[in-house]
Amino acid sequence: MEGSLAVTVALNGLTLAALYFIVASGFSLIFGLMRTVNMAHGSLYLVGAYVGYAVFEPLYDRDAWWAWYAGVGAGIAAAAVFGLAMQAALLGWMQGQELRQALVTIGVSIVAADQLLAVFGGNPRQFFPPDALFGATELPGLGRYPTFRLVQIGVAVAVGLGLWLLLNRTKLGLMVRAGVDDRQMLTALGVNVPLVSLAVFALGAGLAGLGGVIGGSAQPFAQGVDVRFLLTSLVVVIVGGMGSVAGTAVGALLVGMAEQIGQALFPTYSVILTFLIMAAVLALRPQGILGRPA
Amino acid sequence: MLASLALLAALTALPLFIPPFWTANILGRAIAYGIVAMSLTFLATYGGFVSLAQTMMGGVAGYVAAVLVPDSLPSLVGGVPYAAAVPIALLAATASGLLIGAIAVRTQGIYLLMITLALAMGFHLFAQANIAWFNGYEGIRNVVGPEVLGRPFRDPFVFYYAALASAALLYALVLYVVRTPFGLVLQGLRDNARRVNALGYHAALHRIAAFGLAGFIAGCGGLLVTFYNIGITPGSIGLGPTVNVLVMSVIGGLGHPIGAFIGALIFTLFDTFAADLYDRDRFNTLVGLVFLLIVLASPDGVLGVAKRATAAED
Repeated sequence: MEGSLAVTVALNGLTLAALYFIVASGFSLIFGLMRTVNMAHGSLYLVGAYVGYAVFEPLYDRDAWWAWYAGVGAGIAAAAVFGLAMQAALLGWMQGQELRQALVTIGVSIVAADQLLAVFGGNPRQFFPPDALFGATELPGLGRYPTFRLVQIGVAVAVGLGLWLLLNRTKLGLMVRAGVDDRQMLTALGVNVPLVSLAVFALGAGLAGLGGVIGGSAQPFAQGVDVRFLLTSLVVVIVGGMGSVAGTAVGALLVGMAEQIGQALFPTYSVILTFLIMAAVLALRPQGILGRPA
Repeated sequence: MLASLALLAALTALPLFIPPFWTANILGRAIAYGIVAMSLTFLATYGGFVSLAQTMMGGVAGYVAAVLVPDSLPSLVGGVPYAAAVPIALLAATASGLLIGAIAVRTQGIYLLMITLALAMGFHLFAQANIAWFNGYEGIRNVVGPEVLGRPFRDPFVFYYAALASAALLYALVLYVVRTPFGLVLQGLRDNARRVNALGYHAALHRIAAFGLAGFIAGCGGLLVTFYNIGITPGSIGLGPTVNVLVMSVIGGLGHPIGAFIGALIFTLFDTFAADLYDRDRFNTLVGLVFLLIVLASPDGVLGVAKRATAAED
């Protein structure tokens, strides 16, 4: 029994890490290219979750089998459009003023949280994924385990692979990587960097929206979740290293595992474990585990 | 100097002419929050650190006092008189500042902002989850503050004058410290860390010490806020209040310590009267929009606007 409990905790940590990776990879991507600390990343998560839900619910009531998939699509699209608008209207023209950008996104997150409360109210909501994804799966040696949590891992792996392919095998990825290294030089070579920035912002925001729907299917979401996921994204990329997909994965794994193991061993002190990890990483390797020195 | 003393005299006389509600709930509150905001303005103006840990440091002082003092509910330690509890609380806040400085010292700019935010939220979540020391979600009530000259701290005049006196002393302290060798090195580090390092100064120690002083200042403000609210809850050190401190400092202007108080006053006026201006429930939208507008239009806040206005006249 002890052994299977440990495996369950580890598996829970892995599935939580998967969700954290999906959300934080978007944050890390945006930071990597634009040096923008998007303090509204949690709001993007919540926008994705709520808009996805608004599309999902009426379809679900009519028993449409594709309701959840439509919710996923709508959540991603809504967050991406929101992020795009933010970059186009507010952040793009103050490129390079990092602190000011962070302050602007804080302002956006205050307004967004309040407007979401006004429109959607404070009641918790939850998506119901199709039965194929939602039941329980028999795992060897462990017994029944929620299928959706396994789906979560699958989505995270797909996101990770997709990002890796995008960054390493496409023209856009080439430009993004070049922009991370030397933005000015890339501009001088004739690349429309603001356009690339818009694309990256939409992609990063869309990932937050995807995280919102996935997270909102695994457990209920409500106002205040934006804070939790902003915080998690911050810690994950600080631990893993800014702007690195692999670093984000390592950070998400560490934080997700620490949270679950902490909750199993010493429930009310588990938050501290996460922050001890962060402090230790900062003391030993300020750029993060896989980050490059600034 | 003369202007500061005149302002202080005016603020000292003001409660004779205005209703007690204004004395305690607007001016007194603005000054208490202004002290917390000044802790940030000090770090940002003279050290170049924009930190989001100020509310956390103030919360450390508030929680330590709440745990120690008599009559608080629930009584976790209790029985320590205010004369001892207040210095212990300020010491704890200073220590928290030093600790945050030690963790964040190797980072700068937006990294520092992210790390301090993460630490502040971690403390908030911890206080919310921990029953043994923080009484979890409900926090600690009935922290009434010390009696001053036989009158309760809740008395509008006692609270106002205590806040005003603390603010004046801390304001003078900040202006003094930045002229000392320590303050000059700090400003040197802000402008060119490499050069100051090359001169043989220990950059990290100076930065950590600056955070310690900021912790002390924020602790004073946090205590006043705790006594004003007659208790402390995890909600009062959550993301909203944390960001509000930054909002106050930025609205007022990160350029001079007085900006913190100007920002806090504007914020408090908004907080009190926004309901009359705009939908009561959508206060945060209004604050967020005003904040956005100021960051977009005048990154150096009201002080910057005033400076440009006088420059244009000349």
